[in-house]
Amino acid sequence: MTRRARLWVLLAGGAGLAALLVAACLRLPHFGGDRHPYGDRAIHASLARRTANTVSSVNFDQRAFDTLGEMTILFSAVLGCVILLRQTRDEHRARPEPAEVALPVRRYALVVLPVALLSGLYVIAHGQLSPGGGFQGGVVAATALHLLYLGADYAALERIRPVGAYEVADALAASAYLVTGIAGLIGGTAFLANTLLPYGTFNTLSSGGTVPLLNAAIGMEVASAVVVLLARFLDQAVEIEEESGT
Amino acid sequence: MRAVMDVLPYLVAAWVFLAGCYGLATSRNLIHAVGCLSVCQAGTYVLLLSVGYRDGATAPVFSDIKPGSRPVVDPVVQALTLTDVVVGATVTALLLALVMQIAKRHGTVDPDELSELRG
Amino acid sequence: MADAVIVVALLLVAGCATAAVATRDPMRQALVLSLLGVVLAVLFTVLQAPDVGLSQLAVGSALTPLLLMLTVRKVRRRAQGKERER
Repeated sequence: MTRRARLWVLLAGGAGLAALLVAACLRLPHFGGDRHPYGDRAIHASLARRTANTVSSVNFDQRAFDTLGEMTILFSAVLGCVILLRQTRDEHRARPEPAEVALPVRRYALVVLPVALLSGLYVIAHGQLSPGGGFQGGVVAATALHLLYLGADYAALERIRPVGAYEVADALAASAYLVTGIAGLIGGTAFLANTLLPYGTFNTLSSGGTVPLLNAAIGMEVASAVVVLLARFLDQAVEIEEESGT
Repeated sequence: MRAVMDVLPYLVAAWVFLAGCYGLATSRNLIHAVGCLSVCQAGTYVLLLSVGYRDGATAPVFSDIKPGSRPVVDPVVQALTLTDVVVGATVTALLLALVMQIAKRHGTVDPDELSELRG
Repeated sequence: MADAVIVVALLLVAGCATAAVATRDPMRQALVLSLLGVVLAVLFTVLQAPDVGLSQLAVGSALTPLLLMLTVRKVRRRAQGKERER
């Protein structure tokens, strides 16, 4: 099929899809409407379990099985990347030249790094209270580590980031999520049921039953997964080179 | 004005999705195509969050307000979108790793040049 | 008043998304996607979704553009290596 013919098919299909989407949008309930039956029931259930952040309660308590599926997708995607981006036989590693970093940049990066790392851990730990949680805090903590690459050079980053350790941490965190779920089964109720631990006092760090535990597991998993991902990509872009063919 | 406001967020979400689809189909560079897929995903996030919005309401977090004192927006769609954002980024990373492998095996990232089967 | 802010944020998102699709060079597209990430985070905050806004800010403005740029660098380095060999 020539490029022009493909373009015509695209425009015809796109016009049909656009017409259907606009027709559907006009029949949706009005934006800002007051009728949210699922939302009201979810908030009611979350307050009964004394979790202040209802979004975390939906993610790690009411729909915890769905979050297990998302964690599996994340784990498999990182696994696929590690396999695809491994160093093959016809490639070698060339150490990159350390580049000159301006002194203000270096100072700023080294001052902000512990602050950013601590913010990430804070966001993970307070996921059941204020906006935050394992997913957000994990990404913040993982990218905070890479401020060292901006402030120093690649060799310094490699020293604080032994990739093998992070891969093991990723697997351990994923297993921790599963074990917490199976503990619900052994406790006599259902997989991932939030009936084992006491619900605690509303709006304190130890409230919500198993929500803080699952939060911490997901935080560790996401942080390790993002570090491993960035490590493989940086390796490919900075270090690994093809052998010049003979 | 109220009639426009009733449907504008949904129409913007549909526009972003269709723009991403158009870019994906007419792309001459696989890396650009992966970026357009990212734009398509952003359109779905806008749609989900617009469905859950409630006029005059606040965020569904009770760490600083008393439960029941103010109306809050729907937390279920926020939970769906939240995990989707992070997982979508890692799937984008997997696609980019595939693009790197294609560049290595075939020497090009132009989808039109990749259409022939190699013997 | 809140409606006006939402309308402005929505129009900014639509504009940035169109710009991200129209930019054909992947390096420049990574920068526009970073801007789109920030604008989306603003929209999510205005729609009273701070959790999603946090997530989107961390991921969309830093992680995805960084991965795109690293891929572009790798693909270009390989193409330059091949040119030098010939």
